[in-house]
Amino acid sequence: MTPVAWIRLLVITVAIGALEGACRFGLIDRRVMVPPSDMVASLAAILRSGSINGDIVQTLGVIAAAAALAVVLGFALGLFVHALPRLRAGLDPLFATYYAVPIFIFYPVLIAIFGLSLVPILLIGVATALVAMIIATLNGLDRVPPVLSKVARVHRMGTVATALRLQLPAAAPYLFTGVKLSVSYAFIAVIASEFILAPSGLGRDIADAYADFNNSRMYALMLFLLITATFVNMALHAWDLRWAARRGREPS
Amino acid sequence: MIATRRAVDTLAIAIVLILMWQALHHLVGETALPGPVPTLTYLARLITTGRFAANAAATATAFAAALLLAYAIGLAIGVWMGAHGLSGAVGEPILVALYSLPKITLYPMILLIFGLGISGRTAFGALHGILPVALLTMAAIRNISPVHLRTARSMRLSSWQTVMMVLFPAMLPEVISGLRIGLTVTLLGVLLAEMFAAKQGLGFLIMNAMSLLQTQEMIAVAVFLFTFAALANALLLWLEHRLHRRV
Amino acid sequence: MSGENGAIHAQLKGVTRVYPAAAGHSPVHALGPVDLDLRMGEFFSVVGPSGCGKSTLLEILAGLQRPTQGTVTFEGRPVLGDVPDGLGVVFQEDASFPWLNVWDNVAFGLRRAGVSAAEVRRRVEDAVVFLGLRDFARAYPPQLSGGMRQRVCIARTLVLQPRLILLDEPFGALDAQTRLLMGEEVLRLWRSTGATVLLITHALDEAAMLSDRVGAMSARPGRFLDIIATGWMRERDSTIVREPAFAEITGRLWENLRGESMKALGHSGGIAAQ
Repeated sequence: MTPVAWIRLLVITVAIGALEGACRFGLIDRRVMVPPSDMVASLAAILRSGSINGDIVQTLGVIAAAAALAVVLGFALGLFVHALPRLRAGLDPLFATYYAVPIFIFYPVLIAIFGLSLVPILLIGVATALVAMIIATLNGLDRVPPVLSKVARVHRMGTVATALRLQLPAAAPYLFTGVKLSVSYAFIAVIASEFILAPSGLGRDIADAYADFNNSRMYALMLFLLITATFVNMALHAWDLRWAARRGREPS
Repeated sequence: MIATRRAVDTLAIAIVLILMWQALHHLVGETALPGPVPTLTYLARLITTGRFAANAAATATAFAAALLLAYAIGLAIGVWMGAHGLSGAVGEPILVALYSLPKITLYPMILLIFGLGISGRTAFGALHGILPVALLTMAAIRNISPVHLRTARSMRLSSWQTVMMVLFPAMLPEVISGLRIGLTVTLLGVLLAEMFAAKQGLGFLIMNAMSLLQTQEMIAVAVFLFTFAALANALLLWLEHRLHRRV
Repeated sequence: MSGENGAIHAQLKGVTRVYPAAAGHSPVHALGPVDLDLRMGEFFSVVGPSGCGKSTLLEILAGLQRPTQGTVTFEGRPVLGDVPDGLGVVFQEDASFPWLNVWDNVAFGLRRAGVSAAEVRRRVEDAVVFLGLRDFARAYPPQLSGGMRQRVCIARTLVLQPRLILLDEPFGALDAQTRLLMGEEVLRLWRSTGATVLLITHALDEAAMLSDRVGAMSARPGRFLDIIATGWMRERDSTIVREPAFAEITGRLWENLRGESMKALGHSGGIAAQ
């Protein structure tokens, strides 16, 4: 490991150690935060008991479903918009503004339409992630060298074959960036929905623990979410690196 | 001429969206989704009420405070990490990792630390905004071409002059980019906080309207926020483009 | 000696290509009118200055573009905006697929054609060996040099056993010596497949060495100024550059093209005519 990496490890360790010390020695009140060691112990106990397994499956399942839907739909829409330059020009301001506005504020509207179930959560997850995938698809398709489309025609490939066997693999690195973003956005949207109003799920568990003043449980669950998010991010990043090495380019 | 064609295309899309709204309204019924015309008329009336003004002011206060904090802290961190090589090398991966964490997960902790009042909402908003501002400021400083610095030294400029006349203009476009993204996520943070656990603010209005099944108010406020955010973003984007063209 | 007396394989009659007016610009007359009779099994090169429309000619012949005027026929049938079966194209830019290794790149078109797996293996193996890519079969294009990537593209076209092969400045990015050697490879290919070949190039010596006939094209809008028959034997290689006839042919080509090249330069503000 490089010296910089060692320093970084040291900084992180010292920070966590300081947090632990501050909690244990009463500098931070137990009603505000529990020591990190306590969080880990609580989490281990909760996981062993299996009591939140159902919620884990549900929450992560909805996130995965929302991300998957956003990716597939986003790619298809991106292909469609890319083929129609005037439509794309008209939609450009919408795409540019989409992530500037908190789409999430429409979550309650979805609850009003579909009732309190997993459906509005799934929908807001898809809605949040969708445009990122569309934009990534457009970027990726822009960067397919024009000569490859000519090769497709020389091989007499139809529209679908060209899209799946040529445009998709050629744009793959940029599409993968879209996948990473979709997963991130889906995660945020689903957890936020579960916090605010949901029948069940990890976010709902955390909200309940908060309302019950059960800090140990609350922090344990938060830690679980953070670990899961970090793990998924790292896995996606590692995958990106492997692909990039093979394609001879820098990972994004 | 191209600009007007673009504007017409965008207007066409906007009209299509409103028509889709109308169609969806017919599909799901009045109580679930009111149509665009009644909603927008309701909004026009709502804006003038004292109730709306009070809540808008609450959101605006929290948002302004959060933004100020995010900018100040973000810029400070960004400048320090950008200028100080070792800190930057050590800190950047940490910042990037924190940026990709869903900060919504930390919300209950913020509530416990800062309470349910305006400080909690401000803190949560600021938490969102600090990271993009810091990261982009750091990048802006690192991207300052060394030749610019050498030029400043060869002209024997004082530190203050170097900062104001060389560094600042060189960094500005990228920093504005960070500020724009920071604005977006800070607003989102404040609104999320209001939707979850507040008794004031536009986010609260939305949740309150939902619990009272007042769908018109719910959508009207959402549309208002949507428009505000879109305009603010467009303004900063325009500024960014003006600056990029100068550089 | 193939050339002027064989059956006609492909034909362009009165072909012109005019790009319609875009925002604020007048229409661009890029090519023509051009007449060309490609004989079965011949090696025909088109030489001309940059921008004269050579690539446009190739694309029209391939069916990738439609002519504004005139007709295009291949094996007696009109070419109408689709690439006909039996026609292969190697483009100027690197068209290898970076996400597939060399073997899969070469096999790409074959697999799509529904050829049996055993036949695919056989043909790809032959092509890969023929083009000296055997040791790199599992490598990916980003790991290879420009010349090798071009060979991958040529192999990919070859395995489909096209009857007409169109090459658009395939050696553009290579140095002069490599170009001569690649030229020999193309000749080997041509002899072993018996296909008709149309090569686009801006290099006079390459055209003179490789071809049965060379068409000298004017500056934009491109038209054939002269079509020179070289008279070379089929079993030729790069050593013919020593022949006196070679100097004659390149001399004649340059006579035709010198003025045109200056015109082409003049369009971008170059040397004054002397």
